[in-house]
Amino acid sequence: MNIDYTKEELEFQQGVRAWFKENLPADLKRKNQIGETLSKEDMVSWQKTLNSAGYLVVSWPKEHGGPDWTATQRYIFDSERAAAGAPIGLSMGIIMLGPVLMAFGTEEQKERYLPRIKDCEDWWCQGYSEPGAGSDLASLKTQAVLDGDEYVINGTKIWTTYAHHANHCFCLVRTDNDCKIQAGISFILIDMTAPGIEIRPIVSIDGEHHLNQVFFDNVRVPKENLVGQEGQGWTIAKYLLTHERTTIAGVADSKLNLLNLKETARTQIANGAPLIEDPQLRLKIAAEEIKLIALEYTNFRTLADTAAGRAPGPESSLLKVKGTETQQALSELAVEMAGYYAYLWKADETAGPAEFLHATEKYNFLRAATIYGGSTEVQKNVVAKMLLGLR
Amino acid sequence: MDFSFSEEQTLIKNAVEKFIQNDYDFETRNKIIAGDEGFDRGIWKQFADLGWLGISFPEEVGGFGGSAVETNIVMEAFGGGMVVEPFLSTVVLGGNALAFGGTDAQKQEVLAKVISGDVLLALAYGEAQSRYDLSDVKTSAEKKADQYVLNGEKTVVFGGAWADKVIVSARTSGDQCSEQGITLFLVDAKAEGVSVNAYKSMDGARMANVSLNNVSVGADAIVGSLDEGFGLLEKVIDYGISALCAEALGSMNAAYEKTLAYVKTREQFGVAIGSFQVIQHRLVDMFMAVESSRSMGMMVALKLGSRDVVERKKAASAAKVYIGDNARYCAQEAVQLHGGIGVTEELDIGHYFRRLTLFCGAFGSTDYHLSRFADLGE
Repeated sequence: MNIDYTKEELEFQQGVRAWFKENLPADLKRKNQIGETLSKEDMVSWQKTLNSAGYLVVSWPKEHGGPDWTATQRYIFDSERAAAGAPIGLSMGIIMLGPVLMAFGTEEQKERYLPRIKDCEDWWCQGYSEPGAGSDLASLKTQAVLDGDEYVINGTKIWTTYAHHANHCFCLVRTDNDCKIQAGISFILIDMTAPGIEIRPIVSIDGEHHLNQVFFDNVRVPKENLVGQEGQGWTIAKYLLTHERTTIAGVADSKLNLLNLKETARTQIANGAPLIEDPQLRLKIAAEEIKLIALEYTNFRTLADTAAGRAPGPESSLLKVKGTETQQALSELAVEMAGYYAYLWKADETAGPAEFLHATEKYNFLRAATIYGGSTEVQKNVVAKMLLGLR
Repeated sequence: MDFSFSEEQTLIKNAVEKFIQNDYDFETRNKIIAGDEGFDRGIWKQFADLGWLGISFPEEVGGFGGSAVETNIVMEAFGGGMVVEPFLSTVVLGGNALAFGGTDAQKQEVLAKVISGDVLLALAYGEAQSRYDLSDVKTSAEKKADQYVLNGEKTVVFGGAWADKVIVSARTSGDQCSEQGITLFLVDAKAEGVSVNAYKSMDGARMANVSLNNVSVGADAIVGSLDEGFGLLEKVIDYGISALCAEALGSMNAAYEKTLAYVKTREQFGVAIGSFQVIQHRLVDMFMAVESSRSMGMMVALKLGSRDVVERKKAASAAKVYIGDNARYCAQEAVQLHGGIGVTEELDIGHYFRRLTLFCGAFGSTDYHLSRFADLGE
């Protein structure tokens, strides 16, 4: 039992650390640190910088342009990325769709889409949830009916992050109404510029436009855009959920957040003394730091299993639940520390300290963390059924 | 990075778990704690023969050269069986005090006998007014010629009722709460002037208040350095925290597993209560509490040996806070989910509850260690 990196891993870490120091634009770092919403240009340009160094599709195998890193190397990379203050990469194409195409896609689909994901030519969004199908995803109703060589899509998707930036969408659609609901779902790729698609923005409680509702009105999609077989969509969606658990807890980003909170607590003054000298605040920060240590070591256990080629142990099931709880708790602390500055809304640095400008926005935004990607309650249902054998 | 046990460690784990399963069931334990002495000397000898008492000590003194990881493997299994034999007081506290600070003579004469199962130890650091503060020491050791004369009373001494020798913290200089000026002395429990007021603790084990009335010992009784006993004491207690956290983890895990099994079989309204979502989520929360605590237990065992003393202290305090909170939580949930039967003396669940409740306050409460952690800074 040990928690040490090997000599090679330490060298790798040094290399990655140096690269971020050299290549992360100061303005991007500033925006990311204080929680300012990044523009599409910010994100695309940073993705391209990462790609130029071979640091974008880090979870992909060599044959598709990835670096063939070990799980430990990927973990180190993500930790250094976060510690440097760099934003997390866009995941829809790289983390979600890429592995699906590699596992279930045709040769044509792989050749057509994978290089475009890698080179940031396409922006993918995910069409899963519907107004009537949230936690109960399998009850989704968007229809895809085959008409000649094309599927005709009718229905609506909701909570579609960055649909307004995307030129492609991977979607779960219903191709069969006369079987078990899971077995009637298919996975299909949709060109967002096709006629019949309407995107309506949804502004979330952080006052920003990340989310959308997408409407499909007789949208025609070529048959060859189906991934896998008809009725295989649910299997593919589940495959995605079990993929890549080693960074799902967001430990590295939370560590940086905590470090920044402590720094703020040392520099901000309340009642004539640094905030950190407030005995209650001190203990609140300490309590979150301790929870974060527990999360980090749980994450290490999952990582060590993955790196050794073993299936992650049962502890990996708590990473999302506990990780998002910690993210929320830290954002809550920031709001509490901000005091009256928590009133600031889309203000600039003439109104108050930079570290508090977006504190409330971030807190508001992160309410979604325990809802997206399978809500905490759904995660617990799954653990109860699959791991604890309760039914 | 690797969190799996070595082949040797796995053998130890299997052996201790097998012992608990075959030779230390709930009934056996109840008989042991109902007996006059409150623990079983035959079982203690068995532990010695199996090598468990020497598992973490250096080979030069007859140990097996293991680390806190091995100690925690044993303690976790003991927690599952709620073992009352004085492993914590004799091996982890007394034994480590000698292993870290003892003279060669103390190691050869006393530690070797700890490993062979022939000597029981206790560490007497607490006093009526000191609460969790290890530096608040009124007990005095006054130098008279070549002797030290000890006077004072040490309270709530783990294993104090059984100890052949007691390691006592006493003030050789400085103010009552000064970290400087504390010295540890190895005192024979039968020595003149030592009186042991033994009593039962809530989990059935025996402890004691130990009074020292003009107890005279030589300089060869000093463990560690004169006036510098505080650092040693703190280190030993940090090792104690790690070991006790492992024991709590074993008890939490047992309480969780028994509760999970119970909700699958207990029927109300015509169905197993484990089919209710409100019960299912509570079991998932217990499961997460146990697994997260397991991570924290690994963390502290790995960090104890750190050369950076602050890192060691922070690790011990973090583990005590985290596992303390989660131990209390699991104990309360186990009782609640068992319903009426959970509050009875008859069922083992109530005994896990007692044990875990005691754990929360041992070596410092959650609040105490949260403050200690915060004070240690970056």
